[in-house]
Amino acid sequence: MSARVLVGVKRVIDYAVKIRVKPDRTGVVTDGVKHSMNPFCEIAVEEAVKLKEKKLVKEVVAVSCGPQQVQETIRTALAMGADRGIHVEVSGKDYETLGPLQVSKILAALAKKEQADLIILGKQAIDDDCNQTGQMTAALLDWPQGTFASEVNIEADKLKVVREIDGGLETIKINLPAVVTADLRLNTPRYATLPNIMKAKKKKIANVKPADLGVDVSSRLEVLKVDEPPQRQAGVKVETVHDLVGKLKEAGRI
Amino acid sequence: MERFADEADVVIVGGGPAGLSAAIRLKQLASQHEKELRVCVVEKASQIGAHTLSGACLEPTALSELIPDWKERGAPLNTPVTEDKFSILTEKYRIPVPILPGLPMNNHGNYLVRLGHFVRWLGEQAEELGVELYPGYAASEVLFHEDGSVKGIATNDVGIAKDGSPKDVFERGMELHAKVTLFGEGCHGHLAKQLYKQFNLRGNCEPQTYAIGLKELWVIDEKKWCPGRTEHSVGWPLNRNTYGGSFLYHLNEGEPLVALGFVVGLDYTNPYLSPFREFQRWKHHPSIMSTLEGGNRIAYGARALNEGGFQSIPKLTFPGGMLIGCSPGFMNVPKIKGTHTAMKSGMLAAESAFSKITDENLQSETAGLYIPEYEEAFKKSWIWKELYSVRNIRPSFHNYFGLYGGMVYTGIFYWILRGKEPWTLKHNGLDADQLKPAKDCTPIEYPKPDGKISFDLLSSVALSGTNHEHDQPPHLTLKDDSTQSFSCVYEYVPLETGDGMRLQINAQNCVHCKTCDIKDPSQNINWVVPEGSGGPAYNGM
Repeated sequence: MSARVLVGVKRVIDYAVKIRVKPDRTGVVTDGVKHSMNPFCEIAVEEAVKLKEKKLVKEVVAVSCGPQQVQETIRTALAMGADRGIHVEVSGKDYETLGPLQVSKILAALAKKEQADLIILGKQAIDDDCNQTGQMTAALLDWPQGTFASEVNIEADKLKVVREIDGGLETIKINLPAVVTADLRLNTPRYATLPNIMKAKKKKIANVKPADLGVDVSSRLEVLKVDEPPQRQAGVKVETVHDLVGKLKEAGRI
Repeated sequence: MERFADEADVVIVGGGPAGLSAAIRLKQLASQHEKELRVCVVEKASQIGAHTLSGACLEPTALSELIPDWKERGAPLNTPVTEDKFSILTEKYRIPVPILPGLPMNNHGNYLVRLGHFVRWLGEQAEELGVELYPGYAASEVLFHEDGSVKGIATNDVGIAKDGSPKDVFERGMELHAKVTLFGEGCHGHLAKQLYKQFNLRGNCEPQTYAIGLKELWVIDEKKWCPGRTEHSVGWPLNRNTYGGSFLYHLNEGEPLVALGFVVGLDYTNPYLSPFREFQRWKHHPSIMSTLEGGNRIAYGARALNEGGFQSIPKLTFPGGMLIGCSPGFMNVPKIKGTHTAMKSGMLAAESAFSKITDENLQSETAGLYIPEYEEAFKKSWIWKELYSVRNIRPSFHNYFGLYGGMVYTGIFYWILRGKEPWTLKHNGLDADQLKPAKDCTPIEYPKPDGKISFDLLSSVALSGTNHEHDQPPHLTLKDDSTQSFSCVYEYVPLETGDGMRLQINAQNCVHCKTCDIKDPSQNINWVVPEGSGGPAYNGM
């Protein structure tokens, strides 16, 4: 099979770090804070590499949009088994306002340029929880989509995807080329071992600007303010049902 | 399963001030002498600086020697010390003590820094020079040649489940071989512990003694913020026989940030004493509360530090390896500064290693290079002189009057004689041996944390961002499952069957401070390194 897979990876604040809102309330503190690859993106990379190991795809290309630091994230994908990387340079204010719509336009343009047969993304990023990029990318390309995938198989020229939905599991068959977004149970990502990190330094990462792809990254959204969630107030213990009803009435709830 | 092995000229364990200074120095020399040198640094933290914790008040001497144009290169030394205060606290009052010029705690010319950010900057300088940095990879094993000299290190196998069986994602660690390996693991390194035994490096020195340092970062009310103000205190809440004290530094880094913390000597005798709770309690002192009121805590962390000084310096070189930084331990205790000496030791090790490695006519007796020149250079350096001059201050606290006896001794002998007195006082032995039985001590009633100034341990640990892959063997190993009683990690939980308690080790909460390994009276706990990238995620601590 001569298929080429494009995998999108996002650099996000590590899930174990306690987030702090910036004093000017325009966003969260990111300087010096531990970042890592979005966990769902790790699963996406792992799935792509597994497909390559099964010889169902020929090449895995890892893509990330952002400033210089995202190269570390691409390197991790390379260390896990991706063949080459593409760094789409977005920095400063553009990076702060970069969202699913712009990223999906970039991925769609890259998919055409690289003649990709399959795009695998994480289902959502843990910083914005948007869960939109995969779906928007498929729409822009007019490709079928298999989202929340917990199992992916290539059968002849079609993709069989088992999706995690509210009611249980849904199995669909879609044509290639397609977009798949990875859910938690799709696989367990492998470690990026030190020898592989060392080898990854020799793999190529191409630099591209959004303008080269004909994409305008200006945002149509303006963030007005960012706040901590309200402090949870202590509850009150009541002795009897009578007291409970009384308190609910006091609070105007009944 | 075979391990992948790679060769470098020098491998450095630990990406802290000592390790990075050594790496930078090696590359500077290589470029100067037009030689090629492969230098690799392995660091267990996920990023350089993430496991760094210190006050910190930096003396820029070593930095200026290493990188004279540090200011132009943007080193984050943004807060020169403008005010220096020292006091003795009682429960309600604060007694100022004048800091006469010449006393070790005089900070003129020094900088208040966020050491984690400084280490990150050192990492960038190192990378620019071509040093290979590998954060997220923990050196877990020392490798030896057949002749017993050090061959290098191996990183740990990953993907092992809690019960020790390999998971699907199991991967073997890799071996990094080197002509010489520098060990800069920081205070009480676990590989250093092995090396002391292997090469009998501690035969001629006293055992190391330690303290634990707890630290928080607070954003305070702008009106109370005085960038450059440096405050230290001794006394309350510790009694006169427990060594320790506090620091409070006003940083100049954009927002009104203060770094504050508490240090308790680990030779404390009362098993009811909790260094964490002493720290939380100290913050309620009127002079400290006035600074913190209306502020917000944004970070917490803890780390052991060495206090043995001159008397506890081990042998520093052995065939194939050298010890640098806080691992052998070069902290100037009364100054509470160890970063400048750690950096200098890294530079000295690099210089002696470089000449040996690039010596084409070298006939080495052992496969791993033995470099006694490092130890000789060390003894001629200003580190040696500095540590010698303050050697008697810490041990002078071991007298009936405790703190006050120590201060009197410092005033007389250090200030006047600068440590030239002909005797060298001894330490009291291992910290682990100092605890008295609980029945002989008075329990301490600690106030409950109020959630505004003082906090409980678990929420503090959460603030350190510490995390470990949960399904891995606990890295706090016991030689024998008996009585342990430390805080966030070790707890006794009722057995599921109902009667009796069992020891539960919540290794996931570990912030890698190493105190348990040091203080455990039965010396039962052996801290080993968990999977790389685990541990705290400090940001500029």
